[in-house]
Amino acid sequence: MIPTDYYIFLGTGLFIIGVIGVLTRRNVLIILMSIELILNAVNINLMAFSQYFKSVDGQVFAIFVITDAAAEAAVGLGLIIALFRNKETVNADEIDLLKW
Amino acid sequence: MLDHIWLIPIFPIIGAAIQLLVGRRLPNKAVSAVCVGLPGLSFLWAVGCFVQFLGLPESSHHLFARHLYTWLPAGTFHLSNGSLANLNINVGMQLDPLSCVMILVVTGVGFLIHVYSIGYMAHEGGYYRFFGYLNLFMFSMLVLVLADNYLMMFVGWEGVGLCSYLLIGFYFLRKSACDAGKKAFIVNRIGDAAFLLGVMLMVVTFGTLDYRSITEAARNPNFHVAGGVITAICILLFIGATGKSAQIPLYVWLPDAMEGPTPVSALIHAATMVTAGVYMVARSNALFALSPKALAWVAGIGAATAIYAATIGLVQNDIKRVLAYSTVSQLGYMFLACGVGAFGAGIFHLMTHAFFKALLFLGAGSVIHAMSGEQDMRKMGALKSKIPVTFWTMLIAAGAISGLPPLAGFVSKDEILWQSFAGPYGHTLLWAIGWITAGLTAFYMFRLIFMTFWGESRVEPEVAHHIHESPRSMLNPLVTLAILSIVGGFIGWPKSLGGGDWFGEFLDPVFEGNPAVPPHAYGHSMEWFLMGLSVVTAVVGIGVAYRMYVQHPAIADRVARAAGWLYNLLFHKYYIDEIYDALFVNRVKDLGSSLAAFDLGVVDGGVNGVGWATRMSGEISRLWDAWVIDGLVNILGLSVKIMSYPAKIVQTGVVQNYAWFITAGVVVFMFYYMFH
Repeated sequence: MIPTDYYIFLGTGLFIIGVIGVLTRRNVLIILMSIELILNAVNINLMAFSQYFKSVDGQVFAIFVITDAAAEAAVGLGLIIALFRNKETVNADEIDLLKW
Repeated sequence: MLDHIWLIPIFPIIGAAIQLLVGRRLPNKAVSAVCVGLPGLSFLWAVGCFVQFLGLPESSHHLFARHLYTWLPAGTFHLSNGSLANLNINVGMQLDPLSCVMILVVTGVGFLIHVYSIGYMAHEGGYYRFFGYLNLFMFSMLVLVLADNYLMMFVGWEGVGLCSYLLIGFYFLRKSACDAGKKAFIVNRIGDAAFLLGVMLMVVTFGTLDYRSITEAARNPNFHVAGGVITAICILLFIGATGKSAQIPLYVWLPDAMEGPTPVSALIHAATMVTAGVYMVARSNALFALSPKALAWVAGIGAATAIYAATIGLVQNDIKRVLAYSTVSQLGYMFLACGVGAFGAGIFHLMTHAFFKALLFLGAGSVIHAMSGEQDMRKMGALKSKIPVTFWTMLIAAGAISGLPPLAGFVSKDEILWQSFAGPYGHTLLWAIGWITAGLTAFYMFRLIFMTFWGESRVEPEVAHHIHESPRSMLNPLVTLAILSIVGGFIGWPKSLGGGDWFGEFLDPVFEGNPAVPPHAYGHSMEWFLMGLSVVTAVVGIGVAYRMYVQHPAIADRVARAAGWLYNLLFHKYYIDEIYDALFVNRVKDLGSSLAAFDLGVVDGGVNGVGWATRMSGEISRLWDAWVIDGLVNILGLSVKIMSYPAKIVQTGVVQNYAWFITAGVVVFMFYYMFH
């Protein structure tokens, strides 16, 4: 069997990459992809613990997460399109209307 | 009548009250009837009182007193010599020989002048006002002479001063008249201040002010008082007399007083008011007798004034001015008499002077009336045929004043000259001054007569048409006074010439204790010699005047030019008005100006300054409010704003930054829970 730690590390690594991507990337589409990455990292975590505890709960929850991520991606894309219609840019740095 | 002696002054005051309250609406005839009738009534009453007084028994000590009411009960106090005194100043009247003479002169001559004024003032405006003031004057003068104490006398004294001011300024639309009235009142006031000081000194020395007590105290050989006090009292009283009776140095108001109507000049400034000073000195004879120094002053100033005024009168051209200076000069004679101890002679001259001086003034008024207002003698001449009654009466008066026998002036003036030569306080120098003045008097009086009535007519043509004799109401008093000037001397005809001197004997009780000339000190021959000398001098004076003004009129101008500076000095009255102006009048005005400047600058400045300070404090409050209070509030806001700068930096509006903070927070909490 693959030790559970490896799955955890993989999940953590993907999570960190995803967070860094959310925090540092300029293109909003990349930020969206990073958010997907974070969600999928969580999914891997859930699978790992489902196998460790020999329980199906984890996998069911993972399907919920995937569904949620899909919906969120749709909504997110819709937001981006609305944003682009107004601001003509996909650069996150330039969306600072709430600046003081 | 004696019991109601208080009626004598009351009659005129009723007239004055009527005139000054309702006189405007009364016709002239009514005014004359009231205001001349009432003084006439006073005169008759005075005669009645006089007759009754003569009939009083000897035990009354030649004095009748009537106490009317207590005016100022001043209570008890300590005198300067330690004794206790109770001062009660009363309104009371006293009739003794001296006041008998005075009331007869005042009411008699006053009544004649009132009658004269009916004609003289007939065409003048303010007829009722004139008679009202004239009656008020009679009231004040009678109060003055009938009073029985010095303070009542002072009330009358001030009253006559007031009436003098009112009457001098009668033609009040003329500035010179108003100025003259003011001058008279103010100069008088200076004398009055001294008089009051004398009265106050009398209060603390004698503790009383009525004549009887003071005279008794003064004649009492046991009366002791610090030496200089009596002299001080006498000098102060005399200074008051110099103001009222126009002696040096306070005579300057009298010539200016000629601005008033001529009857005023006759009554007030010749016959009655100016004699108040002489009356007062005679009344205080007991005090003056105690102080030879004061008597010396009185005699000295009297003699000096006599000759001084006579020199000025020599060169004046206004007929009334000559008479004014003559009055000052004759008053000097009266004071000279009092100063050498011959109070009776002084009063005698007062009486005869009242007759002939009033006559001269009324005659001058008649001349002015005939000349339609012209008063300059250089524009008169050859009037004797045109106004004969005036001429003859004035001639008699001029003879009287020059001392030609047997007219009234001769008797009185020679009595004075004799007493100043031979009397115990007399001195040859005083006699010499009096003698020279007599010569000058004769000269300038007849200069007046000759220039006015004789010689060539220098009258202007328009005036000459209207020359006419005055109406009966004006001529009758002239004739009466002329008769009095002729016979007035007989009642005091000197013993050395065989007369009985009834006048002198009548007045003796008032002046008893005063050393009179011992009858055998010099003998009659000396007296006759001096009398003859004065008559000769008078005749010489008249002769010189005749030569200069009738025979050779050109001489006068030549003498004037030859005398040059002396003539100018006399003509400008020794520049006394200019000197007084520079020394006193302008200095007082300067004081007034500086006080006014002080008032304007300092006092008003202070008030304005307070206002300014209030405004400035308001300004400061405004600045405080605008800068300090508002400043604090603004700084508060500013500090909040500045404090917000760091906070603003966080709000970038970029969502990724916010995500950073969330992540950081999660990490912190994670580490916190992991290691705690």
